[in-house]
Amino acid sequence: MFSGFMISTWTVATIVAVVAGVVGFFVVLRGSAFVADALPTGAFAGAAGASLIGVNTLVGLGAFSLLGALAIGWLGRRARHDVAVALALVAMLGLGALFLSFSVEYAPEIYSLLFGEVLGISVNEIAPVAVLGAVCIVAILVMFRPLMLSSVMPELGEARGVRAYRIEMGFLVVVALATSMALPVVGALLIFSLMIGPPAAARSFTDRPLAAMGLSVLIALGTVWVAIAASFESNWPVGFFVGALGAVCYAAGRGWAALRQTRMDRSARLAGAGTSGAVAA
Amino acid sequence: MSAVFAPGFFTSAPVHVALLAGGLVAVVSGIVGTFTVMRGQSYAGHALADISVTGGSGSFLLGISPLWGFAGTSLAAAGVMDMIGIRRPRGRDLATGIVRGAGLGLAALFLYWDTTFTSTSGATITILFGSMFTIDKSLIPVIALFGLAAVGIVAVLYRPLLLSSVSTDLAVVRGIPVRLTGALCLAAIALAVSLSALTIGAILSTALLIGPAATALRLTSRPGLVMLWSALISLAVTWLGVLLSYDSYYWPPERRGWPVSFFVVTLVLIGYLLARLAPSSGPARVARAGA
Amino acid sequence: MTVIHQHEDMLTVDGVSARLGGREVLHDVRFSIKPGEFVGLIGSNGAGKTTLLRVILGLLAPASGQVRTAGAVGYVPQKIELDPEMPLRARDLVGLGLDGQRFGFPLPSRSRRKRVDEMLSAVGAEHIGNARVGNLSGGEQQRILIAHALISRPGLLLLDEPLANLDIASEQEVVALLGRIAQEQQIAVLISAHDMNPLLPVMDRIVYMADGRAASGPTEEVIRGEVLSRLYGRHVDVIRVHDRVLVVAGRDDGLAIPLEPHPIDPVADSA
Repeated sequence: MFSGFMISTWTVATIVAVVAGVVGFFVVLRGSAFVADALPTGAFAGAAGASLIGVNTLVGLGAFSLLGALAIGWLGRRARHDVAVALALVAMLGLGALFLSFSVEYAPEIYSLLFGEVLGISVNEIAPVAVLGAVCIVAILVMFRPLMLSSVMPELGEARGVRAYRIEMGFLVVVALATSMALPVVGALLIFSLMIGPPAAARSFTDRPLAAMGLSVLIALGTVWVAIAASFESNWPVGFFVGALGAVCYAAGRGWAALRQTRMDRSARLAGAGTSGAVAA
Repeated sequence: MSAVFAPGFFTSAPVHVALLAGGLVAVVSGIVGTFTVMRGQSYAGHALADISVTGGSGSFLLGISPLWGFAGTSLAAAGVMDMIGIRRPRGRDLATGIVRGAGLGLAALFLYWDTTFTSTSGATITILFGSMFTIDKSLIPVIALFGLAAVGIVAVLYRPLLLSSVSTDLAVVRGIPVRLTGALCLAAIALAVSLSALTIGAILSTALLIGPAATALRLTSRPGLVMLWSALISLAVTWLGVLLSYDSYYWPPERRGWPVSFFVVTLVLIGYLLARLAPSSGPARVARAGA
Repeated sequence: MTVIHQHEDMLTVDGVSARLGGREVLHDVRFSIKPGEFVGLIGSNGAGKTTLLRVILGLLAPASGQVRTAGAVGYVPQKIELDPEMPLRARDLVGLGLDGQRFGFPLPSRSRRKRVDEMLSAVGAEHIGNARVGNLSGGEQQRILIAHALISRPGLLLLDEPLANLDIASEQEVVALLGRIAQEQQIAVLISAHDMNPLLPVMDRIVYMADGRAASGPTEEVIRGEVLSRLYGRHVDVIRVHDRVLVVAGRDDGLAIPLEPHPIDPVADSA
């Protein structure tokens, strides 16, 4: 599975995993799960449209993702729960279906765009993906502190006004780029799992932000590598493994956290027995 | 007239089935959708729809109609959701998202098996984007039955559901079994979602569940009227979608036809936006004389 | 509807204790309310007011003791989580107070509509009857909730912190309204609040809570330094300015105030 044509898949997938782990960390921290869910939907339509026109799919993906990110940023936090946005997202899926219905390869096309495709990565994609990936990582590093601050104490971020808005927009653009990179590999419907699963799991194992981010990347890498290897061997879709592994990692993280909690509770109970009633402090 | 209704529309058998099945499903969706939106359970509907993708994909492997797969998985999922106590999943909750992802991944696997091991082609499209024109006529009684069950639940539980949506405490104090009514409502949502998954596809079915209801809510404040409007809008959108899809057979690209589900969800969106733009009636109409 | 005799208590709370999450949050609470009495349940956050109300309503089982009510209980919760999308007019919510637990649709009937209209005027909300509940102001919503609770002709009305989110003007209006209702319809009213001052004009008696314990009786007798100090288990002063009352924690002057094992009853209440 490491022969010539798979090298590009491994390379792209690795870059995607690193970016997903890093970006996903902040998505989970900021509670922007909606964004991680909404962007791939628009990206799907873009990819479908692009393949119809015959343009490089990555371009269509990127364009629609960016548009979507800008729209979400402009609409603001309040609009996220809006019915109009929810309906628009579904309409985007319908649009994607429409575009794909014009092409000859209707079913397989839909399938690979939604669930991922191991063999679909060509050598030419390595360079653009690497560039995009680098841009994302650098952007996150530059915005690291303001991102941490506005994620942990959003009121403080809001008080800073314009600056917070720009950070949010910048972040959304990064998520859009990450989405575009990940879609061809894991598919639109599973990007959410890849971007949310590893960081959510990482958070349960450690409280320190940098450690959590690093762990998130490691878990993402593990997920993607195992998924690709398994998919190559069994011919089963990549998306299946990503979804399953995402759930396993998340469950493991939660189980660990629960274990830690019962241990803490038990020691707290032993330490503080007999505090009921008596004189109120 | 043939400009609007392409030749053969009224005589085509698949169209009859589409109009009947689609119509029934639309009305059910509209009515149950009203309660979904009112109780803030739109995301529950979304989650159930995604999970039903897994069931639908699996049913091809078993050689049965996807309707059973949709209904089976979404009802089971509704039961689990109720047991865990998710009544109003906070939108985009992490755990729900992870479960959705796992379910979709499993669906991907099933669909892959469908194309390799069974003779069904286009399973992906059928599950995800519906099979309005290819529904088996024999399914119509089942559709009617499920629909009746779903609508029956919300009709019988109308008042208790309304009150418990306003305040759980108020409902409990009146002796309403809040937990049971909530579970039954969720089951009704699961049934409605399964039905619309059959016609317009599992990942698009939420549009029919929440779109017409949300639109109706902008038109009136009276609960009974909302349900009526919602059902009518849903029906109109579906039938119009069937018509346009049939007509589009003659549009470019020739002899292909645009997907029904595309029309339905686009019309739902347009309908909602129109209702948003219209000068708001109902809600803000009453002049408040102070205090 | 049962006939309530004037001397019979509408509500009796008899030695109620309750636990939440392993902690005792109510300890041996006793008091009773007669028809037409207006009683304030006063205490700071965490004192146990909401827990006590939930026990009275039957939403929480007491660990010991019992609650007896002589008639129907109407409940006005502090806040309702209302989706702005909720298609419910004020009159619909009030109507649900009549038959919200019955199956099916409310059949349009003239008598039902009349009752609803009556209730709406009783609380001064005729002009907002057709407005969406989600669009009402805090004070307006309150009135509708009161109408909802009253329409089934309860003998006891419980309100959970109704004044918490109101401005001063609305506060006074609601208190006056409730006082009127208690008197005219001989309904026992129990209203919880963290500040007793807005209620002083209409309150007949007070149940003061701290740390899950309660002292009940006429206001002048309960709101005294010695009584409250014993309740809190630390030095507490009561300051009266004009017609306002302020309860403040005093300086720790080293005196150990033993807490009574049973709740304080300065006046023997007929239980």
